[in-house]
Amino acid sequence: MSADLAARAGTALPAADRRRARPGLALTVLAALVVVAAAAFLTVGATGSWSFVLPFRATKLAGLAVVGTAVAVATVLFQTVTANRILTPSLLGMDAMFTLVQTVLVFVLGGAALAALPATGMFLGQVVVMVGCAVVLFGWLFGGQRRSLHLLLLVGVVLGTLLRSASGMLQRIMDPNEFAVLTNRLFASFNAIDDTLLGITAALVAAGCAFAWHRRHVLDVLALGRECATGLGVPYRRAVLEVLVVVAVLVSASTALVGPVTFLGLLVANVAYVVLGTHQHRWVLPGAALVSTLFLVAGQVVLEHALGFDTSLGVVIELVGGVLFLVLLVRGAAR
Amino acid sequence: MIEVRGVTKRYGATTVVDDVSLDVPDGGLVALIGPNGAGKSTLLSIMSRLLPADAGTVLVDGMDVTTTRSDVLARRLAILRQDAHVGSRLTVRDLVTFGRYPHSKGRYTVEDRAHVERALDFLDLQPFADRFLDELSGGQRQRAFVAMVLCQDTDHVLLDEPLNNLDLRHAVGMMRLLRRATDELGKTVVVVLHDINVASCWSDRIVAMKDGRVAHDGPPAEVVRPEVLSDVYDLDVAVHELDGQLIGTYYR
Repeated sequence: MSADLAARAGTALPAADRRRARPGLALTVLAALVVVAAAAFLTVGATGSWSFVLPFRATKLAGLAVVGTAVAVATVLFQTVTANRILTPSLLGMDAMFTLVQTVLVFVLGGAALAALPATGMFLGQVVVMVGCAVVLFGWLFGGQRRSLHLLLLVGVVLGTLLRSASGMLQRIMDPNEFAVLTNRLFASFNAIDDTLLGITAALVAAGCAFAWHRRHVLDVLALGRECATGLGVPYRRAVLEVLVVVAVLVSASTALVGPVTFLGLLVANVAYVVLGTHQHRWVLPGAALVSTLFLVAGQVVLEHALGFDTSLGVVIELVGGVLFLVLLVRGAAR
Repeated sequence: MIEVRGVTKRYGATTVVDDVSLDVPDGGLVALIGPNGAGKSTLLSIMSRLLPADAGTVLVDGMDVTTTRSDVLARRLAILRQDAHVGSRLTVRDLVTFGRYPHSKGRYTVEDRAHVERALDFLDLQPFADRFLDELSGGQRQRAFVAMVLCQDTDHVLLDEPLNNLDLRHAVGMMRLLRRATDELGKTVVVVLHDINVASCWSDRIVAMKDGRVAHDGPPAEVVRPEVLSDVYDLDVAVHELDGQLIGTYYR
């Protein structure tokens, strides 16, 4: 009997080891790829003075890394609490909120006056408005006794549509020149990142990531769903609320810095799950952040040097991401 | 000791649990039986703080389940819902390991691993330990969830229809396991059962619910009687004594 058990354990263990060794290896490879991509980003095609090129590109690189990490971590957190792998935090309507705020500003103040406003104040105001609205919404919908996460998502979707329609209406009656200014502000752009804003965003994102890392074991349990998590002693409502607030901070900060890049999160989170072969957050969180950074940096290199800046990074990501996502879905269905 | 005091739960105008009071002293295997919609699962969910009651209180070892810290309760009481499923893609061993979360908060020790292996052995799960849950049959998955709950190693264990999807051998194995947990480890097990004969043969006490109320409550010899069962299920049930066991027949 004990020999039988030992034999069974013997056959079971290597499989377990293989499974556990894989995420570490994958993470190492990802980190190496990020380093290579970053080196390429900093050096390829550099002409002229290094003392100008390097700091200029380093700022851009830092922007890509900060935004990539924020979007990846926010999406993983959001998918964990919703127990759904094809949702993104954009369901909460936060990018619609960003669009509306920008549209209203351009509409009321005009592009020229807007450009004269202090950038830091604008940025902080934007983040505060977005996080504030999200927190009020979460608290209202999720704080009571019978409120459910699904209700929150539904309201988020409806609210997002409402905000987008409001923006759409304002954009239609706007002066065409102002509209051009607005369009420029609404496209995700990594080409003109302000140092101060980058610093603030980096601090916010670092705080959000530190929280997520600190709570990684709780996140693993939350992913089991409300009943299992409650049974295992996680105060479900409070834990989910905390996670949603962090998601709001991460998404707001990155959106206010460069504009909406939400599809990226959906894509990189799923790539991370597949590549790492686990759902444990101690692997998935850093893994998704690395995948995200890699996609953005490599995408930017391809964009600048292969496509000659002809298109925006958002387009490249959506094209590559869309194809990859379809492949993932089909493979998942075939398995 | 679990004390249920005047618990009521309504969904709109429908009262699913109607002013139920129930004492579950430490030790013993209590079977909760009754027709569909009698409020068994709802009562179990309220007892395990998964669902808030509209009125009444539930005390576990003297602690009110609605106000006590969830992680304190998780070390006293474990619950398995009947339609348990998880969102993430986990192996059986991963799932069972979560049973140790209330004790280790994710930093699993050698002792935790030992608990996990023991639970896997108990439920015949070693051959599937590294398979993903979505690659298992319903019965295997059900056993994996029970293993997780047992791994939680609590004094009180509440199980909502743990025999769902289990074949005869595993159903009997499960009841034997629950019996051992009460007899040898002194645990208190409350289990919702649909098969009155399983309840009759394995439990110390049967609580029969009907229309949200406790209709009958007592040892099997008192509850497994034709007039009691016919009343609870609105169905003619004959009771026979076979090999010292009380068996209800109702098949035709």
